[in-house]
Amino acid sequence: MAKQIDIDLVRHVGKLSRIELTDEQVRTFSRQLGEIIGYFDKLRELDTDNVEPMAHAVELTNVFAEDAPGESLTPEAALSNAPDRRDDMFQVPRIIGTGS
Amino acid sequence: MTDITELSAVELRDAITAGDISAVAAAEAYLEAIDRIDPRLHAYNEVHRDRAMERASDIDRRLSAGERPGPLAGVPVALKDNLCTAYGRTTCSSAILADYRSPFTATAVRKLEDAGAIVLGKTNLDEFAMGSTTETSATGPTLNPWDTGRVPGGSSGGSAAAVSAGICAAALGSDTGGSIRQPAAFCGVVGFRPTYGRVSRYGVVTYGSSLDQVGPLARDVSDCALLTAAISGHDPADSTSVPADVPDYPATVDTPLENLKIGVVREFLSDSLDADIRQAIDSAAETYASLGAEVREVSLPYSAIDRDDEGNISSHAVACYYIVAMAEASSNLARFDGVHFGHRTAERVRDIVELYSRTRAEGFGDEVKRRVMLGTYTLSAGYYDAYYNKAMKVRRLIHRDFERAFETVDVLLGPVAPTVAYRLGEKADNPLQMYLGDIYTISVNLAGLPGLSIPGGVSKAGLPLGIQLIGPVFSEQTLLRAGHMFEQASGIRRLRPDLAGT
Repeated sequence: MAKQIDIDLVRHVGKLSRIELTDEQVRTFSRQLGEIIGYFDKLRELDTDNVEPMAHAVELTNVFAEDAPGESLTPEAALSNAPDRRDDMFQVPRIIGTGS
Repeated sequence: MTDITELSAVELRDAITAGDISAVAAAEAYLEAIDRIDPRLHAYNEVHRDRAMERASDIDRRLSAGERPGPLAGVPVALKDNLCTAYGRTTCSSAILADYRSPFTATAVRKLEDAGAIVLGKTNLDEFAMGSTTETSATGPTLNPWDTGRVPGGSSGGSAAAVSAGICAAALGSDTGGSIRQPAAFCGVVGFRPTYGRVSRYGVVTYGSSLDQVGPLARDVSDCALLTAAISGHDPADSTSVPADVPDYPATVDTPLENLKIGVVREFLSDSLDADIRQAIDSAAETYASLGAEVREVSLPYSAIDRDDEGNISSHAVACYYIVAMAEASSNLARFDGVHFGHRTAERVRDIVELYSRTRAEGFGDEVKRRVMLGTYTLSAGYYDAYYNKAMKVRRLIHRDFERAFETVDVLLGPVAPTVAYRLGEKADNPLQMYLGDIYTISVNLAGLPGLSIPGGVSKAGLPLGIQLIGPVFSEQTLLRAGHMFEQASGIRRLRPDLAGT
C-alpha cells in the first residue's frame, strides 16, 4: 500500500515546513512518509458524500470575550526568552529583498 | 511509622489536614524517593526542590493558623513538561525549548496549586507529546518501573512512571490520542482524559488543538476524582473550554451506579488484541455483571480494525486521527521559529527563511519533523480535499458511531492498548507500527469523549494490563463511579511494581 513520495517531493515539503533536511534524511523520510501516506489513502474506501466535516468535537461557536482591558505580559516578560533583541523588539536577520 | 509515599493522595491530604503528617515531611519524603529511584527511571526532566519545600512550609503555616489550604493540601504532584510553569523550565522534552522559561503558568497547574498541591517537578514526555513510548524525548527515554527493559508508554510516560514508582502522589498529563490512558495502562496506574473542553488548555503547549486535553494520572480512582475536580472548569483564557458546571466528583465517586448499562465494543475484541488483555476485559465484564450491571455488545463500525491476507492490520480511525493530528501539529509548531523564544541556530544565515529552516532542523527530532512534514503535505494545495477534508468527514462518522452506541448503553468497556508495554526500541524504527498501537484510544479524542484507563490485572509475565471505560461527553462522574465500582469489586487497585530489581 506504500505510496511513492519521491525525493523532490520530500524536499519540497521540507521547504514548505521550513525544515532543512540532509540527503540521508530525505531518503529515509521518502520511504517513511510514503508508507504513512499510503496508509492515509485507506480513507478513500469510505463513502463520505453528504457528510459534514467535523473540525471540533465539542462545537462551540461565537465565543466572545468582554471587550475590557486586562493585564497582559509586560514587554520585559514577553522578551525574556528572545534569542536576540534590541530595546523592546525581537531582532531578526534581514527579511526584505531576499529570495526564496 | 507509615511510609508517606505509600499513601494515596486522598489519605495523605487527610493526614496533612488533620495535622498527623506535615506538608514539609511529605515533600521531603517524596524528594528523597526521587533521589533514590529516579536515576534508574528518568521520569523527571527537572525537580523543583527548593520551591516544593517553600510551598510545603507555607501549607503547614496556613494549617497551623487555622486555615484550610484546599482539597489537595500538601499533596506532592508532578507535571508533564508540556504544561507551562512560570518557575523552572518548560521544555516539552525538545531541544528547541531546552532553556525555555515560560512567563506564565497553565490554568490547570494554577488550579492544582490553588487547591494546595505541591509541585515536585516536570516529567519527561515524547518530544512535543508526539509518540507512544517516551523514546522520542530529547532528554532520553523514561523506563517502565515494572520492567526497565520496557517503555512506560507515552507520551505522558514520565508522569505514569512517576506515579507507578511512588515518586509523586499523582501527576498531570495531556492526552491527544491516548497519551494519558496508554502510559497509565503500561505502568499500572489510573489515567483519565476528561471531555474535550472540560479542562482549560491555556498554557498547555499545543500539539493538536481540537484533540488535546489535560488530565490526571493517579494511584486509584478516588485520587483521580480529586485531581479531576481540582483542574476542571471554564476558563475565559481558553475559548474552547466549556462553560458548564463541574460536579463534585470526589463526593460521589464511591457511590455505586444503579442499573448501569455497559457496552463491550465488538470491533475492539479482534485477534490483534493480546490474549491477556482480552481476558482482563472479559473478567471486567463479568465483574460488572456480578454487580448488577447489564452488559451487552455494541458496535463502532468506523473504529474497526481490518486485517489483510498478509496479516497487516489497518484502521480508518487511525488514518483519520493521524491526518487531523499532524495537520494541526504542522500549524501549531510553526511558532517554533527561533524568533520569539527557544533555540536559534548559531550559524550565520543569509535571511529569515534560512534562520527558520536551520533552527527547526537543529531543534526538532525526527518524529516531530515527520509529523510536521506530513501535516504540511496533507494541508498543501492539491491534497487538502483528499486528506484533511476527508479526515474531518470520517471524524463525523466516528463521532456518530459513539452517539448511536450511547443511545443504548451508559459506558463502553474495551482495551487501552493492543499489547502490554513494548520493549525499548521495539517500535522506534517503524513509525507506522507505533501509530497502530493507538488504535483503541484515538477514536475517543476524535469524538471529544472522556476515557478512563484503569488497571485490569497483571499479565502472566508480570506486566500491568489496562482496561478502558468510555462515556458520552461530560460523563466524567459516571466513569469515575463505574471505575471505582470495579476497583472495589475486583480488588485490583494500587498496583505497585517491585523496584528492587530495577
